[in-house]
Amino acid sequence: MRMLISGNIACAEGALRAGCRFYAGYPITPSSEIMEYMAMELPKHGGIFFQAEDEIAAINAIIGASWGGLKSMTATSGPGFSLMQEGLGYAVMTETPLVVIDVMRVGPATGQATKSAQGDLMQARWGRHGDQQVVILAPSSPQECLDLTVKAFNISEELRVPVIVLSDEIIGHMRETVEIPEHFNIVNRKITEDLSKPPFHSDNPMEAPPMPLIGKGLNIMVTGSTHNEWGLRDTREFKTHFKLVKRLVEKIKLNAKRVFEYEEYNIENSTIGFVSFGSVARSVKGAVKILREKGVEASYINLKTLWPIIDNPIVKMAERVKAIIVPEMNMGQLVLDVERIAQNKCLVVSLNKVGGGEPIYPSEIASKALEVIG
Amino acid sequence: MRDHFAVKYLRVELLPTSFCPGCGNGTVMNAFLKALEELGYENLKEFVFVSGIGCSSWIPNPYFKADSIHTLHGRAIPVALGLKLARPELNVVVIAGDGDLASIGLEHLIHAARRNADLLVLMVNNMIYGMTGGQQAPTTPIGFETSTTPYGNIEKPFDTCAVVAAAGANYSARWTIAHFHRLKESIKKAMGKRGFRFIEVVSPCTSHIVRKLKLPVSTYIRQLREKSILINTGGRGEITIGEYADRDEEGFVSRVYEYINRVRGC
Repeated sequence: MRMLISGNIACAEGALRAGCRFYAGYPITPSSEIMEYMAMELPKHGGIFFQAEDEIAAINAIIGASWGGLKSMTATSGPGFSLMQEGLGYAVMTETPLVVIDVMRVGPATGQATKSAQGDLMQARWGRHGDQQVVILAPSSPQECLDLTVKAFNISEELRVPVIVLSDEIIGHMRETVEIPEHFNIVNRKITEDLSKPPFHSDNPMEAPPMPLIGKGLNIMVTGSTHNEWGLRDTREFKTHFKLVKRLVEKIKLNAKRVFEYEEYNIENSTIGFVSFGSVARSVKGAVKILREKGVEASYINLKTLWPIIDNPIVKMAERVKAIIVPEMNMGQLVLDVERIAQNKCLVVSLNKVGGGEPIYPSEIASKALEVIG
Repeated sequence: MRDHFAVKYLRVELLPTSFCPGCGNGTVMNAFLKALEELGYENLKEFVFVSGIGCSSWIPNPYFKADSIHTLHGRAIPVALGLKLARPELNVVVIAGDGDLASIGLEHLIHAARRNADLLVLMVNNMIYGMTGGQQAPTTPIGFETSTTPYGNIEKPFDTCAVVAAAGANYSARWTIAHFHRLKESIKKAMGKRGFRFIEVVSPCTSHIVRKLKLPVSTYIRQLREKSILINTGGRGEITIGEYADRDEEGFVSRVYEYINRVRGC
């Protein structure tokens, strides 16, 4: 089936098709269409829509619903995403599957509520206190909004970790034809009623333990405090804490290869490379065309997974080109990763522009490239 | 101890509890579990307990032999409501303190009351932040010396039961741990009701209040009773006890499911 829909609606469609049956949220521009669509559609599927009193209540309500056994999600934008951070940390600590869609807008604070930006990348990765990792996916078209939201649910259910879909206002409000397949590859959560094995431990560090649901008479203890493998709070011992956070962090790192997704365009003799994500990745493709017309060959990497990142594609690019340009609708966030990965193998140049809903135009990216290669 | 009625509801291997000697949490546990026993519950399988952060939030997690979710500070109610919406057949009970429910989580408390969300909430009010070292709470009486009001509290405390009743809860009541029988009967009554049910239990913090007053705990508990005045007698004592609301309106969760059924045309 083909539909002409916006990125926000595509996210909501993806969620419904992935089996999401609980949505809690609070209105916020530019993500509200996701909430309104879920309010319209979820009841038809027997799912529950809950408009919370704020984003803190929203994230905590989906945590409760997820422990009740429902695939659960919320959607928000910058300020609301900030309010959800403590809850996200709780979901990491308690291994609660859930999906959060952040349709980025200009910040900090209220910023420019209706205008696109990419300033939440580091917040998505590091917004919680303590040691934690989550999975972050970044669509650059309505089609990817659908596909990556389905993927977000699958990873979340499989690894028992919150997954963040980092969209932006341009992608969220852009309408394009989206191909909706008849059948999706859907991963359902592994649940257990066998408590002879500890519910917060896995022998295989790549796997999340199967989830014991609440309300089955299993006497499960869930806590955001450091807990042992049976869920019993232990706020004193080094060993208990280190074992727990090590497992939670490694669960993400060891699955990086399976989670990491990117699109690349490689030209052997290119002198310039681009690394970008989201709406900016679309401008990069335009810039590559402009440069070719001027006789300059360029390569690009469009990251669809912003965490965990596999270094290799960027390393290869750094070995080949004179410079990598990282255009972003922020003051320089993804560039920090590219600098880290490129390790001085080539010049890494930041191209920043944010505010007023101004996209980074292909011509601006091409000009920057010509300036860099001289 | 093996013959104590509450053994069947507790993780006895974790006893004694880590509560301070003289803490009211033991009496709250006792009253709650006694109420369940008198209602005929053999175990806690039908129940899920959701708590926040604070001393009283440790009552169900880890001591109750039941499913329990020990949430972030102030967030027990939204977690409990998400769970109850997902699993309406479960009996979801929140146990948390005054700092948790009446300060950092107050917004959730008022909105849950407004929605008449089908939850039973037990607020153990020790009038102070006990776990963090005795700081002023929104329930601390005027004049009390706490570690953040060293020259006496100048803020008026919340009448949480009145707030909850005004917001639309089906049931709102206050007792103290010196009113064991009334408290237990109130819990039993609330168990049999639908919608949002809120019971506040005024309880001593021996480490941060009773110690500062240089009183034996028994004297403090006796004073709790002496200072209490029943709401329907017209008088208002230092501690007003009794039922602030007792209604029987449809709860939020059944309304949500009726709505879904209406949309689906069934």
